[in-house]
Formats: sequence, C-alpha cells, structure tokens
Amino acid sequence: MNPWLLSLLGGALIGLSVSLMLLWNGRVTGISGILNGALHFKKTDWLWRVLFVAGLIVGGFILSALWPETIMNQSTRTPIYLAVAGWLVGFGTVMGSGCTSGHGVCGLSRLSIRSIVATLSFMIMGIVIVAAMRKLGVF
Amino acid sequence: MIHLASYFVVGILFALGLGLGGMTDPHRVQGFLDIFGDWDPSLAFVMIGAVCFHVVTYRFIRKRATPMISAHWHIPERKDLNAKLIGGSLIFGAGWGLAGYCPGPALTSLASLDTNVYIFVGCMILGMLSFGFVETVIRKSKSYN
Repeated sequence: MNPWLLSLLGGALIGLSVSLMLLWNGRVTGISGILNGALHFKKTDWLWRVLFVAGLIVGGFILSALWPETIMNQSTRTPIYLAVAGWLVGFGTVMGSGCTSGHGVCGLSRLSIRSIVATLSFMIMGIVIVAAMRKLGVF
Repeated sequence: MIHLASYFVVGILFALGLGLGGMTDPHRVQGFLDIFGDWDPSLAFVMIGAVCFHVVTYRFIRKRATPMISAHWHIPERKDLNAKLIGGSLIFGAGWGLAGYCPGPALTSLASLDTNVYIFVGCMILGMLSFGFVETVIRKSKSYN
C-alpha cells in the first residue's frame, strides 16, 4: 500500500484507540503519563497502567508476526547515544506532562492550549536537533 | 475485570496503529523531522489521521454524562502555560530528534527484541524516575525556605 495512505490508516487506528479509551474509561491516552504512573506502585490506579503498557508490547509482537517489516528497522546508533536520548525523553515527558500521544493526539483533538504549546515545542526542538545533526555530519 | 481488559485492548490497538502508521521505524521519524534535509512528510499523516478521527469522536463522547465503564471523567482541565511545560517539551523534543523514538513506539518496539530498544526504554524509565526525584528535592527545599 502507498506509505502515505498506510500512515493515514495507522493514524486513524490510533484515533480509534484513544476514542475507545475516552468512551470506556474517560481517560486521555498519554503514554508517558501512564508509564510514569506504572513505575510507582499503588493499590489502586496502578494495574490498569501495567495492562495498557502490556497491551502496547503485545501489539508489538502481533506486528512482528503479521508485518515484521514494521518493527524490524530499529536504531543502529551506539548504546551511549541511545541512553542519553532515552533519558532526555523520559525526563522531558514527565516534566512537560506529556508526549506525542497525550499532547500531540489527545490534547490537540480537544484544542487544549497547553497541548498545542507543548506539541509545537517538541516538534520544533526535534527539527532543530535533526538539522544540527546534519550540520555536524552525524545524522 | 472488564475495565482492566479494556485497557489491554486499547494498548494493542494503539500499538497496531503505531506500527502500520510507520512510527516504530526511528529512521522514518527522524526523516519526518528532517525538514531542512531529506524530508519524508509521510508521518504527518499519522497525526492528521489520529487528530481528524478523535476531534470528531471527542465531541460526541463528551456529550455523555459519564464514560461507559469508569464512573468519572479524568480529563486534564489546566490552561496555564509555564516554563515546566515548555522546558520539559523542549527536552523531550531533543531526545526524540536524537533517536527517533517517543515513548509509545519505543515500548511497542520492545517486541523487536533489539538490544538498542531495551537500552533506550531502560534509560527513558530512569529519566522519568530522575524527574520525580528532582521534583521531590525542589518541593522539599521550597518548604524549608
């Protein structure tokens, strides 16, 4: 299938999942917030987070069984490089109360001013970093 | 029981959307951010697809008094803009640009069994815990002053 059409279809499927999350449980599907909450054990408000994260990973295994090409092309950067990037993503998403899903999809869809500003901020920074990597010849 | 199952189902569907949409390929994500170089705009359609779908469903769903399974809504209502929101998002954007992973695709990509993904996710979790630690320290010092 045409990659643009497939992206649109994948996006619609993400839209369907966040809509089901809202319809069933009244929640925003913010991956960083859900994961961060899952890191701190509580009697209530914990197990659902773990099950959601488990669903994301099981979904990954379904992808690798049905469409392996969607999941096999992972980063070839050095471990130190990925460690720094991962740390920044974890620290930044908790500090900024959201990531691409919570701010980018759910927040933009309900026209939240905080999410619009957050999405612009991380998009612009992502673009600047990639441009800088190109300039330095490390892209 | 049904409410726990519902979260699992949403997680699976979300992961399938990420994978089919192309978000689990960090090279494509970086290509999408590479607007001054060799730009691959196709991933914009993931966000367009998701937002166009949800902007419509959100309106209908919020007309209900309560969600179907949970008894209450848990929707953020804050409208204030502050340095924490913007600073955090800029830090996240830097990590996203460097590696091409944001949290959802990174978790789903654990299924690739690629060591690099495990390093990224492990350090992402450390980063999340670090912020919690920093925030606790700041809170304490403020209450002492």
